[in-house]
Amino acid sequence: MKTLELKRVSATAAPAPGVREQATVSKYIDTTSCIGCKACEVACQEWNDLPAETTVQLGTYQTLPELTPNLWNLIRFNELDHDGALRWLMRKDQCMHCGDPGCLKACPAPGAIVQYMNGIVDFNQEACIGCGYCMTGCPFNIPKLNQKTQRVYKCTLCSDRVSVGLEPACIKACPTGCLQFGTKTQMLDLAGKRVAQLKGQGFEHAAVYDPPGVGGTGVVTVLAYGDQPELYALPKDPTIPLAVRIWKTPLKWLGSLAMTFGVVGTVLHYLRYGAKKAEE
Amino acid sequence: MDATRRDFLKAGAATLSALGFDLQPAYAQARELKIARTTETRSTCPYCSVSCGVIIHTLGDKSKNVRPSVVHVEGDPDHPINRGSLCPKGVTLKQDIVNDRRLTQVLYRAPGSDRWEPRSWEFAIDRIARLFKQTRDARLREDCNALTAVGVIGGCTDSNENNYLLGKAFRAGLGVIPLEQQARI
Amino acid sequence: MASLAATFGRGAMTNGWTDIRNADVILAMGGNPAENHPVGFRFVMEARREHGAQLVSVDPRFNRTSAVADHFTQIRAGSDTAFLAGLIHYALSHDRYQAEYVRLFTNATFLVKEGYGFNEGEGLFTGWDARKKAYDKSTWNYELDAQGFAKVDPAMEHPRSVFQLMKKFYSRYTPEMVARICGCKAEDFVKAAGIITSSYTPDRAGTILYALGWTHHSFSVQLIHAAAMLQLLLGNIGIAGGGLNALRGHANIQGGTDCGVGYHNLPGYIPIPKADHQTLRQFLDAVTPKALRPNSMNFWSNTPKFVVSQLKAYYGAAAVSGNEFAYRDHPRLPAGENWSWAYIFDHMHEGRMEGFFSFGMNPVSNGPNSRKVLGALARLKWLVVAENFEQETAAFWRADIIELIGKKPADIATEVFLLPAANFAEKDGTFTNSARWIQWKWKAVDPPGEAKPDEEIIARVFLKVRELYEKEGGKAPEPVKHLNWWYSNPARPSLEEVAREINGWSLKSGQQLAKFADLEADGSTLSGNWLYTGMYTEAGNLTQRRSTADPGGLGAFPQWAYNWPANRRIMYNRCSADGQGKPWDAARPVIRWNGEKWTGDVPDYKADSPPEAALGPFIMLPEGVARFFVPGQFAEGPFTEHYEPAESPVENALHPRQSANPAVHRFGTEWDKLGGAGEFPIVCTTYRLTEHFHYWTKNNPYNMQLQPEFFVEISEELAKEKGIAGGDRVRITSARGSIEGKAMVTKRIRPMQVGGRTVHQIGFPIHWGFLGRGKQLGSLANLVTPTVVDPNSFAPEYKGFLVKLEKVS
Repeated sequence: MKTLELKRVSATAAPAPGVREQATVSKYIDTTSCIGCKACEVACQEWNDLPAETTVQLGTYQTLPELTPNLWNLIRFNELDHDGALRWLMRKDQCMHCGDPGCLKACPAPGAIVQYMNGIVDFNQEACIGCGYCMTGCPFNIPKLNQKTQRVYKCTLCSDRVSVGLEPACIKACPTGCLQFGTKTQMLDLAGKRVAQLKGQGFEHAAVYDPPGVGGTGVVTVLAYGDQPELYALPKDPTIPLAVRIWKTPLKWLGSLAMTFGVVGTVLHYLRYGAKKAEE
Repeated sequence: MDATRRDFLKAGAATLSALGFDLQPAYAQARELKIARTTETRSTCPYCSVSCGVIIHTLGDKSKNVRPSVVHVEGDPDHPINRGSLCPKGVTLKQDIVNDRRLTQVLYRAPGSDRWEPRSWEFAIDRIARLFKQTRDARLREDCNALTAVGVIGGCTDSNENNYLLGKAFRAGLGVIPLEQQARI
Repeated sequence: MASLAATFGRGAMTNGWTDIRNADVILAMGGNPAENHPVGFRFVMEARREHGAQLVSVDPRFNRTSAVADHFTQIRAGSDTAFLAGLIHYALSHDRYQAEYVRLFTNATFLVKEGYGFNEGEGLFTGWDARKKAYDKSTWNYELDAQGFAKVDPAMEHPRSVFQLMKKFYSRYTPEMVARICGCKAEDFVKAAGIITSSYTPDRAGTILYALGWTHHSFSVQLIHAAAMLQLLLGNIGIAGGGLNALRGHANIQGGTDCGVGYHNLPGYIPIPKADHQTLRQFLDAVTPKALRPNSMNFWSNTPKFVVSQLKAYYGAAAVSGNEFAYRDHPRLPAGENWSWAYIFDHMHEGRMEGFFSFGMNPVSNGPNSRKVLGALARLKWLVVAENFEQETAAFWRADIIELIGKKPADIATEVFLLPAANFAEKDGTFTNSARWIQWKWKAVDPPGEAKPDEEIIARVFLKVRELYEKEGGKAPEPVKHLNWWYSNPARPSLEEVAREINGWSLKSGQQLAKFADLEADGSTLSGNWLYTGMYTEAGNLTQRRSTADPGGLGAFPQWAYNWPANRRIMYNRCSADGQGKPWDAARPVIRWNGEKWTGDVPDYKADSPPEAALGPFIMLPEGVARFFVPGQFAEGPFTEHYEPAESPVENALHPRQSANPAVHRFGTEWDKLGGAGEFPIVCTTYRLTEHFHYWTKNNPYNMQLQPEFFVEISEELAKEKGIAGGDRVRITSARGSIEGKAMVTKRIRPMQVGGRTVHQIGFPIHWGFLGRGKQLGSLANLVTPTVVDPNSFAPEYKGFLVKLEKVS
């Protein structure tokens, strides 16, 4: 029995079978209310039974430089002098659940990446072949390959919780309420109000981050310095990488030819990682 | 370009399955809700003084043949203070309960020794009571019924009832004056 | 808490977590609530988002709270008093105080007796005895009339009125003086002062959130008193969204304090009998206060009822009127002795102790001056530690730990017992949170292996000692035999039964008491702690209540659990209404007079006393009003004066000849060295991280992942001066010892100009040690902290001491 209907399925020409109308769900992140407590980081790990990473103190409050296969959301810290005032910016980084997910487009494994009717982009490790093309397709550098299992992992938006009507673990944990969960319409409304409030407080560039280049995101982010998303380690105008777009549009007719698939995938891999060292 | 044979094989195999109608895995729910049938117990976070309400999820339905263990701890959504939210310590409370470093037996260190030795509770209680009585008999200050040669500290993460019992047993009963806790420091 | 009790009458957070949402102005100072109480901090964030409340953060570091604050001012660790005194002066000199509130509800109108004074040049109040190094406090008192009541001047114009004395006293704390002492810019201070004092109007509420950043000083009680004075001036006590909110550090230190775990108090804040209180009558006469104004309720006049009911709880059938309710069974504090934490380890170090129990406490790590604690423990004959995890105190004899004082395991003759204890989830019972909510929790699982709950450990030790006294006799066996151990399962008392005893019952009817007004002094009632009477009544265990109803919409939740005192959510709430009983702020009423009685929150007042009777609103104080001027109670003066920490980089700018707190005791062991600014020029402070709890979560993989190892936060300027890069290994050394760890180079700490020179400040969190998961590396923060304590609360000065910093190559 499934409660989340499919909208898109990776590497599948057949249309997704979902017919029920389901509202797009979304996370909301108000970076101006985040205290960087990292409750979301470990709430996610605890809920998903992911092992702790071994870390070292690197001169920052940030847990790790990047996400890992076992750490699906990470608070990014940035301290800077901005307009004559000291700022300590914190943003929760995780899968953005793009409306037009580059990972799904890039994925050659049928059913390994799905998008549900409610907008959640989910990875199915049973179908994942560990090729890492999804990593190339992601403009946010989110999916991470577990070297041991040779599978790629990322935030599921707690699809197991959401499917039974619960909110994601990270959202529930957040003490300050800088994280919220609901329909995307609600979250955009909330974000709009918060941006207006921030502008009233003198943050003239406050803005909502919901980039159109990836079809909008299932994570609505409020930034005090909306004109400089890179201060929060967010790309300014993210789009699906060119190679993925080329493969998925003009060459779409080739999509079911096995050899082409392999070659394009390897090109993508090359673009992302450069020449692969022989390791087997 | 340095594509390996394995890359091609993997990709090719994947595409073959795409050509067929092998979509079954994609429909499967990734994970069942792990707390769907667990037993819920209301508790209070033992760390700071905000006292967030937590729900401790334990395995089994409390029936007689199940040995409950904690599978998950989550914020209590009804609690007026935290309304379900928790900090990074509260969120990881499961590891405070289920932890391979937890002490599970009485350990004893003999004078001059450099190691712990496991002992029984009976040994410990008998020996502690004997030492206590020796000290009390030798050092009680009878003019004011006060025992200052033994100190007792504790209670910051213990219930009021245990705090009360500490004062009752050790001070009112046995005469201990140095009775202190974390509040001082 | 000593400070709040002296100023307002009770030593606890005045309001509550859920009430913080009602504030218009929030000052986070002496604490970092976003870091240390993140979930409580949600109410700050909601106040900001929902009605534009302003948050001011004042701290030695730009911290997690500062990151979301509207205004931040960096000050030198240990200079908080001057900042607060400056705010008092700012409010008084800019007419930004609520005059009518001050006149009605404080002792600003009281006259101080002639002879009291303060020598500004010497920095000393009248009565200083340089030889005894202590004050004769007799001049720090009110002028009394023939009936023994304090004289008042309602106009507050008399030169000896508390108001005028206060105004003059604080006039020295100009913004320039504040800047000079604190190392901040005067304009930053003024900007903060403008926001903070904006709550002086009746329609604005301001709260102060503080924690260990204020209690960890050698002048902490006076410092907090200054904050209390400020809140009284601004009319912020007793109102919704106001208060002076002490955010306690641990789940149940509030409850532990309420229940008498502290050498100086019995449960319910009854002072421990002193050696010379030979009889119950002498004791009660000494500790029961007399009213200082005709309209003072002086609730503590009920002390005899509380004491007798407690003696009945302790000694049961052995406590009868003929033997003064077995008063003589109870120990009395030997004359002039101090057995608070730091003194315990000092006495232990001197060989005055043989045995020690530690229930879930780790003094090697959490006490000041770890080496001194190790030296003290090494002199014990026996040590019992009940714990969840092996920790540094139980294992103090281990080679790598005891090496810190140059000894080996073989040198340590202490017999040590490490008892596996159940944790919070493995037992039931109540915790009292910072907001005074007494909440029941239910047991979820059995403890692992042979671990046992503390109630069983306490009971079994006690019963075994009692058995030995019964069999063999011994010294003073009476109290051991008399103790009322009535529990159904004596070896493992049910905490429900203990909760019933704490609440108390009538010995006539056998019924649980409903309120503390039901207690009697004739032995007909029994109650372990009068303050908690009402928590377990005939209606059941009220600490288990779970109604989320909030009738007034102000976050009171009156039917959730039980809130001492008497289920009041906001203490001193009479002050929320004006002289006629009308709420100052109609939008946020707490209680109001309806013509017959006070309605709303449970009134902290006589419920049917009409406004015109002008009964004092601070019912726990003999004055009936709150104290700006504290007569004869504090060790170092009736008003708060700025003194430097015991180790300071500068002389006191106000009075260099009396730089530090004159009343501070100097301990004299070999580990009690203090350093000077010549050798140790850097100001250092210690703190906690949100990712860890004290010394416990170092056993948890997730928490260790989030903050894996000890680090030191240093400014970019200091890093440059010392050639240190982020991630480099550094050594911090104080006069007590040194500690090594990673450097975190940050913009969030900046060098300051203090006393005409550049002063650097560093700080580090405390959470690591020897035993735990991952990188422990022996990084015990308290290896460098001094055993210097406040002379009133005896809390250690963990914040604002001196060190030097070097790069370790």
